[in-house]
Amino acid sequence: MNRHDLINSAEQAKLKLSQYKQRVCVCCGAGCISSGAEGVMKKLQDEIKARSLENEIEVIPTGCMGPCNQGPLVKVMPDYTMYQKVNCENIARVVQSQIIEKKPIEDLLLFADSRPKAFVNAQEDPFFKKQMKIVLADCGDINPEAIDDYIVHDGYKALEKALFEISSEGVIAQLKLSRLRGRGGAGFPTGLKWDTVSKYVADQKYVICNGDEGDPGAFMDRSVLEGNPHRVLEGMAIAGFAVGATKGYAYIRGEYPLAIKRFELALKQARKMGLLGANILGSNFSFDVEIRIGAGAFVCGEETALIASIEGKRGMPRPRPPFPAEVGLWGKPTLINNVETLASIAPIINRGGEWYGAIGTPKSAGTKVFALAGKINYSGLIEVPMGTSLREIVFDIGGGVPGGHEFKSAQTGGPSGGCIPKEHLDVKVDYESLVSLGSIMGSGGLIVMDDTADMVDVARFFMEFCMDESCGKCVPCRVGTKMMYDLLSKICSGQGTMKDVQRLEELAVYVKETSLCGLGMSAPNPLLSTLRYYKEEYLNHISKNQAEQGVLHG
Amino acid sequence: MKQKNNILDVELPKTDPRVKLILAKIKKENYKPDALIEVLHTAQNAYGYLPMNVLAFITRELKVPPSRVFSTVTFYHFFSLKSKGEHTCLVCTGTACYVKGAQAILDEIEKQFSLKPGQVTADNKLGVQSARCIGACGLAPAVIVDEEVHAKMKPEDIKNIILSKIGAHA
Repeated sequence: MNRHDLINSAEQAKLKLSQYKQRVCVCCGAGCISSGAEGVMKKLQDEIKARSLENEIEVIPTGCMGPCNQGPLVKVMPDYTMYQKVNCENIARVVQSQIIEKKPIEDLLLFADSRPKAFVNAQEDPFFKKQMKIVLADCGDINPEAIDDYIVHDGYKALEKALFEISSEGVIAQLKLSRLRGRGGAGFPTGLKWDTVSKYVADQKYVICNGDEGDPGAFMDRSVLEGNPHRVLEGMAIAGFAVGATKGYAYIRGEYPLAIKRFELALKQARKMGLLGANILGSNFSFDVEIRIGAGAFVCGEETALIASIEGKRGMPRPRPPFPAEVGLWGKPTLINNVETLASIAPIINRGGEWYGAIGTPKSAGTKVFALAGKINYSGLIEVPMGTSLREIVFDIGGGVPGGHEFKSAQTGGPSGGCIPKEHLDVKVDYESLVSLGSIMGSGGLIVMDDTADMVDVARFFMEFCMDESCGKCVPCRVGTKMMYDLLSKICSGQGTMKDVQRLEELAVYVKETSLCGLGMSAPNPLLSTLRYYKEEYLNHISKNQAEQGVLHG
Repeated sequence: MKQKNNILDVELPKTDPRVKLILAKIKKENYKPDALIEVLHTAQNAYGYLPMNVLAFITRELKVPPSRVFSTVTFYHFFSLKSKGEHTCLVCTGTACYVKGAQAILDEIEKQFSLKPGQVTADNKLGVQSARCIGACGLAPAVIVDEEVHAKMKPEDIKNIILSKIGAHA
């Protein structure tokens, strides 16, 4: 397929789709599938067939629509009328009333059971209204298993533009203008990273997509890979073109079988259409991608460990420099980007770096996807402009804390991040503000805790995680996390003393400053942030102990 | 000099469909040693776990030292040297599930079936595991019983779900 064939096939696909009068989307993200979405979709298709409407009404599976807690979800286009908790019993009503008679069913609408009045157009609901979808723009609207659907939604147009209209230098210039920063957590400027890799001269370079979403409580990358795999693939191809790589690897967690299946399918479809392989779209650029399945090691999110894992070894990090940009996979210059970063590339190339750079805050441009979970009414997947306040995310979008409980803390950044207390609910969420509060942006997991949470136990939970996941290569991390875990367990069980708290404070600094890689350097963060904001809870655990031993009141 | 009964000398029947799967994968990866993890995935899918004689077989076919195969297998959580049981119950203990009470589910399983994560019943019928995070955080707490995801799990329901899978046996 050459450049013009791509335009033709988009036209043809558009024509094919225009025969349908209506599109009904069934959310088949991992959340809705486990709530029974596949059965709902089958039943919906049967209902429509029974009325001989299958040539007029198209039923498609889509990726995650967002409010996972309300699933299974069905969305009727073009009015964005969304129905929640759809099941095999009430689906017939949706077909008859909404699809045929065009009459919305009030009691089944999204959020009908929790808002005074639900919206017929779901986009007007605060859950969606406060969001801005760039990475997730088509996720939930298109069929992730059909390349045609992606192409109709301007898919692979950015790759075409990169190949024929702007040079590889041009792509990097646009990225620099966009001020996009790595969405894996650390926030390194993406344009600069690409520029660095492109400047090394080598017979072979690689692009790696980091889909080893190891943070517990995070499912952004999973949702993007499941909901719009072609977008990630297109980002990888553009990256390959920009830095001069001909081979890419997508490293995806073994725990995400659906993401692996859909990405594999996307690879096959793209190869068949000549969007991957030799001489893409008739240009002289060749690029292909292979999948590598992660085997369950948190440390493999660290780039040098991930490279070791792709090489078939134990995923243990090595000292940097040299950075992978110079000495990476099999010793060759390698570009590693996170799934969300790569999914942001196509819109930036299509609409220009300046457009993207104008969104967000001066230091953190664009939007960020968050996975909202924990003690929150509307858990799910959201995307907001950088600089949105935590209060807006938790209360306006997430609908606050359920069960009459009070908000206590928001945990961001997983085991490498920290807990943000109530006093800082108005913080504008961007890379720097979160660091100043002792947390990090991380990959985007955001867990809300209510007044029932024991923050010392939370610190113990994360320390146990880091202790288990430490690869054991360097002593501070291997021994330090174990010592901190033992001290935290001691305090939790009511045996702690003030000396233990002091010891924890000292150890945290040692481990942070002397560990080899990010895992150890950030492992003390949950401990330090809970000590900073909830020290009285540590003291309570201790004073109870001392009271029992007769030290305080005896 | 080779020892007698060396585990590495145990031959696997090449007619076994599971062995054929592994051989096909090795061939597809062009006998490259760096495909070790991919081959281990295939082997574990075929056998449910990684028996020692299978590891020995992979060692020979890929021409990778046994020490490297063993160190790789034991590094990653995904790989198991023991059978996980005919039926499996995987309790997610990610942050969202932790906040919403995954521990209570694990406690209930221990009470009902006397199993802790990583353990299997003596008759190999049921195995219990805990997962770092299965990414179904919006539906916490989540439990996977025989590949089927159960969302918003309540401790009191877990017994019947497991019993329905393994039969009234336990």
